[in-house]
Formats: sequence, C-alpha cells, structure tokens
Amino acid sequence: MAGLAHGAGARGVSSSVRPGRRGGAQGALTRRRFVNRLMIALTCAAALIATLPLVLILVHLLRLGAGAVDWTFFTRMPVPAGEPGGGMANAIAGTAIIVAMASLIGLPVGVGAGLYLAERRSARLATSVRFLSDVLNGLPSIVLGIFAWQLLVRPFKHFSALAGAVALAAMMIPLVTRTTEEMIRLVPVATREAALALGYTKWRTSLDIVLRTALPGIVTGSLVAVARIAGETAPLLFTALGNQFWSLSATRPIAALPLQIYTYAISPYDDQHAQAWAGALVLIGLVLVISVAARFATRSRFGRGGD
Amino acid sequence: MPIIATTEVATDLPMCIATEGLSAMFGETRAVRDISFAIRTGQVTAIIGPSGCGKSTLLRCLNRMHETVPGARVEGVVRFEGRNIYDSGVSAIGVRRHVGMVFQRPTPFPTMSIRDNVAAGLKVLPRAERPPRRQADEIVETALRRAALWDEVAERLDSSAVALSGGQQQRLCIARALATSPTVLLLDEPTASLDPISTQRIEELVYELRSQLTVIIVTHNMQQAARISDRTAFMLAGELIEYGPTNAIFTTPGDSRTEAYVTGRFG
Amino acid sequence: MRPRPATVADRGALRIDASLSGDRVYRWVTTGFALVIPILLAMIGWAVFRAGWPAFRHFGVAFFTESDWDPVNGRFGAAPAVYGTIVSSAIAIVLATPLAVGVAIFLSEFAPRRVRQPVAFLVDLLAAIPSVVYGLWGILVLVPFLREHVMSFISDTLHLGGTPLFAGPAYGPSMLAAGCILAIMILPYISAVTREVLLAVPRSQREAALALGATRWEMIWDAVLPYARSGIVGGVILGLGRALGETMAVTMVIGNAHDISASLFAPGYTMASLIANEFSEATNDLHVSALMAVGAGLFIVTVIVNAIARWLVWRTARGQGA
Repeated sequence: MAGLAHGAGARGVSSSVRPGRRGGAQGALTRRRFVNRLMIALTCAAALIATLPLVLILVHLLRLGAGAVDWTFFTRMPVPAGEPGGGMANAIAGTAIIVAMASLIGLPVGVGAGLYLAERRSARLATSVRFLSDVLNGLPSIVLGIFAWQLLVRPFKHFSALAGAVALAAMMIPLVTRTTEEMIRLVPVATREAALALGYTKWRTSLDIVLRTALPGIVTGSLVAVARIAGETAPLLFTALGNQFWSLSATRPIAALPLQIYTYAISPYDDQHAQAWAGALVLIGLVLVISVAARFATRSRFGRGGD
Repeated sequence: MPIIATTEVATDLPMCIATEGLSAMFGETRAVRDISFAIRTGQVTAIIGPSGCGKSTLLRCLNRMHETVPGARVEGVVRFEGRNIYDSGVSAIGVRRHVGMVFQRPTPFPTMSIRDNVAAGLKVLPRAERPPRRQADEIVETALRRAALWDEVAERLDSSAVALSGGQQQRLCIARALATSPTVLLLDEPTASLDPISTQRIEELVYELRSQLTVIIVTHNMQQAARISDRTAFMLAGELIEYGPTNAIFTTPGDSRTEAYVTGRFG
Repeated sequence: MRPRPATVADRGALRIDASLSGDRVYRWVTTGFALVIPILLAMIGWAVFRAGWPAFRHFGVAFFTESDWDPVNGRFGAAPAVYGTIVSSAIAIVLATPLAVGVAIFLSEFAPRRVRQPVAFLVDLLAAIPSVVYGLWGILVLVPFLREHVMSFISDTLHLGGTPLFAGPAYGPSMLAAGCILAIMILPYISAVTREVLLAVPRSQREAALALGATRWEMIWDAVLPYARSGIVGGVILGLGRALGETMAVTMVIGNAHDISASLFAPGYTMASLIANEFSEATNDLHVSALMAVGAGLFIVTVIVNAIARWLVWRTARGQGA
C-alpha cells in the first residue's frame, strides 16, 4: 500500500504518495493519514464556522427582539424618537400591499415566460430569454430601484407604492420563470400525450393538464420568490420611500417593514434599535416560515404519488 | 383460460381505417415505409414485430399523434371512414376524438380523481356534443363497466387516480378512452408494464370490446396477438411484411421472415 | 347516451376546429410574457443610463477615476466608491471562498448522511436572510465586536496598528466590517455551486485515485478538485457578482466616507452603498444624476461578472472539466 511510487494512471496523484524521504515508507503513510484526518477536521470546522453566523443572528434576534414583539407591535403606529413602545403596523401593512402588487405583475409574467421556455426548449429565442433571465436575476436590487425611479417616480414627481412594486416585480420575474420552467419540465411527456390523444388542443393540454400537474411545485417556488422580495429594502429606498403615517394608497409613498428596520437601525436611539430588532424578527419569521414550508412541501410532494 | 381468436368468416366487412402508401419520418429517418393496408370494422387487429420495427409509429399515424413529436412528418394517406385524415380540411383534434388511444405505461392525470380522469375527454368535446353533469356521471359509469373497473372503484370515484395499482390504472386509461365513444381504439402495448393477472383481465376486456368498436393493438407478445386478435400484421424495419387472418399468420405464414419471427427464431 | 351521428362527416370532425386559433393565442401570449424579460432588461439599461446621463455628459469617464466628491461645489468623482467596491468584495472573496469550499467538501465527501441534510439546509438558509437584517446585526453586534475585540487585538496585541493595512483609529464601521458581512452573505452561493460541481465529478475519476491507494483527502485534492476547478471558479465569480451589488448590509457597516485608504480599519464607500446612503440627501439634479451614474457603472459591472460566472458554471456542467 505504501509503495505507490510512480503515480501511473490517476491524473496527477501527488508526490505525497511516494515513499517519504524521512522515515521511509511507513512514515509517509502515517503522515498521509494524518493529513487526511486533519483535512476532515478542517472542513468540519469550516462547516461549523459557516453555520455560526446563522445561529448567532437568530439568537440575537430572539434575545433582543422577542421582548418588543407583542400584539401592539402589529397594531400600533411608530412613535417619535425617545418615546417607548409603538409598533410597525403601517410598515407591516405596507409590505403586504407592495408584495401583493408586485406579485400581481410578477407571477403571471413569470409563469407565462416559464411555460414558454419549458415548451419551446431550445428555440433560439428561448435560449436567449433563459440567459437574459439569469442576467436579470443577477442585477443588484438597487439598480432595479433606479429603474423604477426613472420610470415611475421622476415623471410624476412623487414616490409611490406602485413604483416600489414594479421594482420588486422586476426582481420576482426571473425567480418565478425559472421555477415554473423547471416544474413544467418535470411533468412527463406521457401525461401530455395522453391529453392530446383524448382530443385536447395544445393550449388546453398545457393549461388544464400540464400546468395543473405542475402547480404545487410552481406555487412553492412562487412563495419562495415572494419571501425573497418581501425582505428587500434597496429597491424601495427611492420608490416607495417609506411613510411615517398610515397609507395604503398605491400612488403615495408607503411604509414597508424592511425600510422601517433600516431607518431604526441607523438611528441613535436605543428604543428604536429595540423596535428594529423586533421588526427584523417579524420579517425573518415571515421569510423563514415561507422558505421552510416551501422546501418541506416540495420534499413531501416527491415522496408520495405513484410513478 | 386462454382466449382463442376466431377466424374471420366474412370478407366483405366494411373498412374502418385504411392506409395508402403511408410513410412516417423522424427528421430524415424513415420509421414507417410505404404501408398500405386496411383494418376491418368490428375486429381486433394486432400489429406485431421486433423492437424498433415501427409498429408503434404506424399506430400513432392512425390518430395523428405522430406529428406531435418535433421534427416528425407523415406522407401518404390514411382513410378513416372514407375521408383522408391528413387532408388540410381535417382537424387532428377531431380525429383523436373518434380514434382513441391507450399507451404502454398507464398515465392517469395525477391531480384528478378517478371520476374526473374518466370524464376528462368529455370536457373538451365541442359544446354541442358535451353532456351535462348528470349524463356525464352515467357515461363515466358505463365506461368503467366496459373497462371492467367499475366494481373496484365504485365506492371511491372521488379519490386520487394515482392510488390505484398499475393494472387498475391501465384499465382506468381504457375507460377514459372509451368515455368519448370512439369508433376505433388504438392500444400501444397496453399490457407491457403489467403483471400476468392484470394482463389477462385486459385481454378479456379487449376481446369483449370487439363487438362494440374496432380495436388495433400493437404488441411485442406474439401469444397475446394469437389469443385475442382476428387479423395480424407483421412488420419488420418499417415495412409491412405480411397481413392476414391471425390463424393463418401463425400457422401457415406466407413469408419466410414472418415464419422466422413467429417461430421465435429472432425478435 | 348522447346522440351519435352516423358518419364522421356528420359529426363535424372535419371542420377546422375553432380551438386551433386558441393554440395560436396561447402561443402569442406565452411568447409575449417571455419577451417581457429582454424588454425589461433593455428598459433597465436605458433607465439607468438615462438617469446618469447628465453626470456622464458633465464629467465623462473621469467620473470613475476622480476621487473628489463635493456636492456643494458640484464636483463628483466616484473613484472612492469604485475602490471600496473592489476592496470589500475582495475581502469577502478571500474570507468566504476557503470556508465555502471547505463546507462543500465536507458536505459532499465527508459528512455522514444524517448530518448532511440539516447542515446543508442551515448553510443554504443563510441566503434567505434579508440584507437589512444582516445590516442590523452587523451594525449592532458585529461592528462593536470587531471594534472591541478584533481590531484592538490586531492593533495592540499583535502590534500591527502601525502597518498601513491596519492603520488609523478603529471606530468600528470599516472596510473590514463590510468585507466580513459580505463574506457571510456570499458564502451560501459559493458553497451551493461548489457542491453541485463536486457531485458532477464522475465516479471514474474518484475510483481511479482510490484504487491506487490514495487517502480520501488525496483523492479530493488530486482527482476531484482539479476536475471541478472551473466550476468552483464560476461559483466564486457568482459570489463576487452578488457581493458587488449588495447594498443594505454594506451601507450599514462601512462607515460611509468618501475615502480611499489602504487601511482595513478605515471607513469607506461602495458604489451600491453610496447610492443608498446619499439619495435622500441629494439636493440638486447633478448630485442625483451622479448617483445614478454610479448605478449605471454598477449595472455594467454586475452584468459582465454574472455573465462570466454563468458561462463558467455552464461549461463545467457540460462536462468540460478543468
């Protein structure tokens, strides 16, 4: 086992395989085994270090935020700096509104584009759209905010929830497109053929049969996308802007949970910091619950059902 | 109990489907070469041949399913009750409503109940022919009875179709195809993925259906063809080698290649 | 039973089915939705450059090389932001890559099955945390920690306080803090890509090494990693792309100062954090336009970097191993 002198065969088996100059063949083997164990330990340590921030953040959130999260947090408005208490009712409502509006735009476009990509697989337009969707996905969210600002804020000279929603929709579209395409592709060709053979037209096959079959997965993926945009701040900085007061109007600035957290986090006041932690806890609770539920649902979906 | 195919008595039965010079291509590859033959109404016709000989492709030309594959093409004529189904004025959807098909692997629609699966074909009938709800339920029951599945699922029509066993699912697919009252039923190796008991049930079912509609069955199982069909077509490398009464094909084949295949020397 | 017309002709099977136009409508609609994506991308590009155009016209390319940012006197040079973007991303890559690759190796090669799922899940969950939450934690927990323990350790205990890399007062918000937070944020992306790439290495490579008596680590180092190299690089560049565009967490911990400094302890700016931080205070149109011009620069850079990343990952997925 120790005499692997010449490393023939496997590409580039390193010189550590040859018998060592010190200690002879047996010593080399011991050293190699030691290196092996060391590497296992190091990569294990890397895994521990990598999960550490997550644990720390969650611990801090719970410790510093849980105290301020109660019923009033969801129902009261923000109070001026220095006053204790108050809540983020307007921000929570605002996030709900913006996310709803963004989904109204982003979901149909994403599902439609996903259907197109799944059915037109390798057509030249489809390949380009797929690539461009990835490019869109990689854009910084603040650039999307600039886009919505130039398009919907500047011409009208005021900030609006709608502009924020458009920025978030632009973020959502590539996510929903990709997940829809993947889920539609998973539906077996046999299912599609069975429908065609029954006299279904192509469009009814796509919508009534294929889309319906893929729907659970698409819903899951869409929920993940919704969770993602619900937590975004940068696109809202100069579109929705934030609002101290209660407003649900689409054409006025509107408060949003991430914006509120940001405002409080950079303020010098401790009570506002506490509110920020509470808001972050609520936000992350929302995001994590949706993400976990989405993963869980997908896993069990593949577990049951015949093949 | 083995089913023995009857020899045909009358030679003047009407022609249900006839092909003239039918060829089918996948891109440049010719899978079916210039086939002309006629299927008799009210009989079971089997198409046999070794793997890859084109029998499934031929079957799929008869209900215009071949063209759903990208790059696939058909040349020639297929006459269904006298009219060429590949004419420019004929809609493929219409053809498929009258020529039903069951595939090799059972394919129930996974998100639908048993009832909805069987009724699936009814939902896309043109408005004039679409039955109202109550009538649809009757049609579902009739179809399930004809498919010999009613007794097993009558109590749970609203449960999921994928919970059924493989053999049950395939009978469900047959019921689904029967629900639209097609004139012709195409079966593409329907028992290939089933156990012997389910296979036997389906063979009995096919035998009973012959009086009600025309059946064309593709099978790689020669004994099955011998058991349930009236006429048999033998294909090899895309060509129709021999076509005649089942009894004759199996006991006194005319062509040496047919004889080689049915005696098991290759295939 | 429904009425059955006698022949096919009567049944109307021979009519050209009205729903064929349904197929055409469906095709148009889905194509339309698909076209939204390229159109949207073009509009974004147009919007960003349109917004930044006045600044470009005024300053030209020197906009990105001048370091004088003086809103009062109408002078705008984005070089500090560009510098900060590069440096913070570089720190993030240096910190995150070994960790991410280590985690990926651990998960795909060494971890027992029962450990694999939960740990992978936890690492991937890092990507689900919103940026502002990272920023909040960064500003209220990480930065004080760095200031009180890490920075003082480095400058006093290690006596490196005089070196250019660690010079200057350590107030906390700094390039180092930004780099750390970015590292945490991009780690899950690099790790996920690396895991995929490692899994794609064919068994034959691994088995050949093992058959020659290599230890597991030697197999990984000599047979697996070289094969997966370009894919891992792709993952790293993907992480880089994310780091370049990260806004909120960075703006909350970087100190927001228009300075170019060699010291990691010094505050600075990144392109994204500059836009986020100054927009609300931008008084005149030129200032706003200058910020938008920075955004345009960011747009170009991230598009290029992401395109390279995708190409590299795609290359490995197609089997052209290093």
